[in-house]
Amino acid sequence: MQPFERITSQVIPLDRANVDTDAIIPKQFLKSIRRTGFGPFLFDEWRYFDRGEPDMDCSNRQVNPDFVLNKPEFKDGQILLTRENFGCGSSREHAPWALSDYGIRVIIAPSFADIFYNNCFKNGLLPVVLSAEEIDTLFEEVGPGYQLTVDLKNQTITKPDGTQYHFEIDSSRKERLIEGLDDIALTLKFADEIRRFEDRYRQRMPWLFSEPASL
Amino acid sequence: MGKTLYDKIWDNHLIRTEPDGTSLIYIDRQLIHEVTSPQAFEGLRLAGRKPWRSKANLAVADHNVPTKNRDLGITDPVSRLQVATLEKNCAEFDIPVFSMDDARQGIVHVVGPEIGFTQPGTTMVCGDSHTSTHGALGALAFGVGTSEVEHVLATQCLWMKKAKNMLVSVEGQVGEGVTAKDIVLAIIGKIGTAGGTGYTIEFAGSAIRALSVEGRMTVCNMAIEAGARSGLVAVDDTTLQYLHGRPLTPKGELWEQAIENWRQLHSDTDAQFDRVVELDASQIKPQVTWGTSPEMVVPVDGTVPDPAQEKDPVKRKSLERALEYMALRPGMPIQSIQLDKVFIGSCTNSRIEDLRAAAAVIKGRKIASTIKLAMVVPGSGQVKQQAEAEGLDRIFVEAGFEWRDPGCSMCLAMNADRLEPGERCASTSNRNFEGRQGFGGRTHLVSPAMAVAAAISGHFVDVRNF
Repeated sequence: MQPFERITSQVIPLDRANVDTDAIIPKQFLKSIRRTGFGPFLFDEWRYFDRGEPDMDCSNRQVNPDFVLNKPEFKDGQILLTRENFGCGSSREHAPWALSDYGIRVIIAPSFADIFYNNCFKNGLLPVVLSAEEIDTLFEEVGPGYQLTVDLKNQTITKPDGTQYHFEIDSSRKERLIEGLDDIALTLKFADEIRRFEDRYRQRMPWLFSEPASL
Repeated sequence: MGKTLYDKIWDNHLIRTEPDGTSLIYIDRQLIHEVTSPQAFEGLRLAGRKPWRSKANLAVADHNVPTKNRDLGITDPVSRLQVATLEKNCAEFDIPVFSMDDARQGIVHVVGPEIGFTQPGTTMVCGDSHTSTHGALGALAFGVGTSEVEHVLATQCLWMKKAKNMLVSVEGQVGEGVTAKDIVLAIIGKIGTAGGTGYTIEFAGSAIRALSVEGRMTVCNMAIEAGARSGLVAVDDTTLQYLHGRPLTPKGELWEQAIENWRQLHSDTDAQFDRVVELDASQIKPQVTWGTSPEMVVPVDGTVPDPAQEKDPVKRKSLERALEYMALRPGMPIQSIQLDKVFIGSCTNSRIEDLRAAAAVIKGRKIASTIKLAMVVPGSGQVKQQAEAEGLDRIFVEAGFEWRDPGCSMCLAMNADRLEPGERCASTSNRNFEGRQGFGGRTHLVSPAMAVAAAISGHFVDVRNF
């Protein structure tokens, strides 16, 4: 996983609430057995007028010129600014994969859906929660050339005028993101502790460990 | 201070807690399907890891499987590869799997409970947000992403922060024609799609206790539509009766031991909840969603709302956008909305009880000539067999419905079952998002009885007067 430190980038404003994971990456792309290649299909139904299919060449598709990712001044941004409950709906990790594959590294919103929020950290994507007022201010200010600096170590967002917003994040999540650590390897350091727990647990709940006779 | 049901299950599975509150939690069970698992198995393979406990998992393909002409196999090569990949991975990692031609195949969330894989007091995950369904049996069950599917395979654990406790209490008796689906849609209408974010919701009250386990599954299934990863219902006699004798539930001495433990699985009377929401069951009417979020829901005798009445500019914009997408006008009576298709199925409403309720409404009637397609997709092979043994399939077919094979089908349209652009559907599924049932499709969420009544009339009607 790509370690996360500090990013300065153009902000992409996506002024919608309750953006669901079906909108972030529609279901037909979930048939892939890979983790990559979803970027061209990010927000597919909003970005293009025609229906997307896996593995299609997007260079000839009918682009919706009004959608923010199709505007030259915003399309290369790495910071997505959006509204509440971003990432609601399906648990598909294809949503953070698509955002990440497109080049997004930070999503700023007043709130996120729980599963999506959790999935972001597994993929080097930083979800930042700011207050509704701060989000409103950013939406008022954002435009072509509007850049923010997101500093994970200091948990700050710096605006072009130098003012800063502070954001909260769990220290273990922060550490893993900064280091780009493999979660499983970290957990397996506790393998003995897990085994000891499992042995005690098995004594208390033996029916959960009886091998099904015919399955 | 007493503990909530969620507190009890959490404490039973807690291995360690880091200073910031992040905790290592033991996971008893994992359900696996073809869409969110290939990259997890690939991750294990690349790292040279083995499953911690293969038999703690059960896999079944459901999202991509065709619901008709199954003997021909899967025609879409991409879907076929994904389903074949699941079977190959399960063989390689020694994970039990029900293949597409197994009589027990079906939607993971229907299969788990019916074979007794889902048990009270367990922690249970699946790479699917509707894993909350299993909370109906008093299991702490929640959806995870593919990285966590891999993490659970490799370690039998997950790192989590404990959620807050919410109690949703529905007291009283629902009227005739009002179902578990209407109860949960009314709850979502009240608290909103983010109302449960950060919480585990326990559903309680006399109206919840009066539901069958199947009905409780419908309610817990849509906890995620209220923003909560998990929904829970306390264990009672209804739960134990449901569990008794299922293929994977304990037998003999172990059964006695298990039920003694399971009977403790309820919130203590002095337990504290961070938030309490109360609904009066007698006030709940059959519900219909009109928009593109499950919280955009009104009673069947209501009208489509007017965005002009909404003061919050962000919400007003969402309402306007939803009306435009759904091609509806403010103030339209819900019962004037004409439909093109009707779908009965999904992990929300495809169990035997749902099909019985639908069949009872349609018996002896025909679907309207304006309905292009009405289909019933049973939740599993066992539901299908049971329904056929009761003659329900004939009732549906005689009325003009198609009777299909089990799978997720048109709930998310990953297989061939989908809406075409502009088509409008009465659906017993759980999400009415833009494009959910097909690019440009328009979804209205309702109960099975309401869906059938709409199929007969060609537009929404109040099933209570039907």
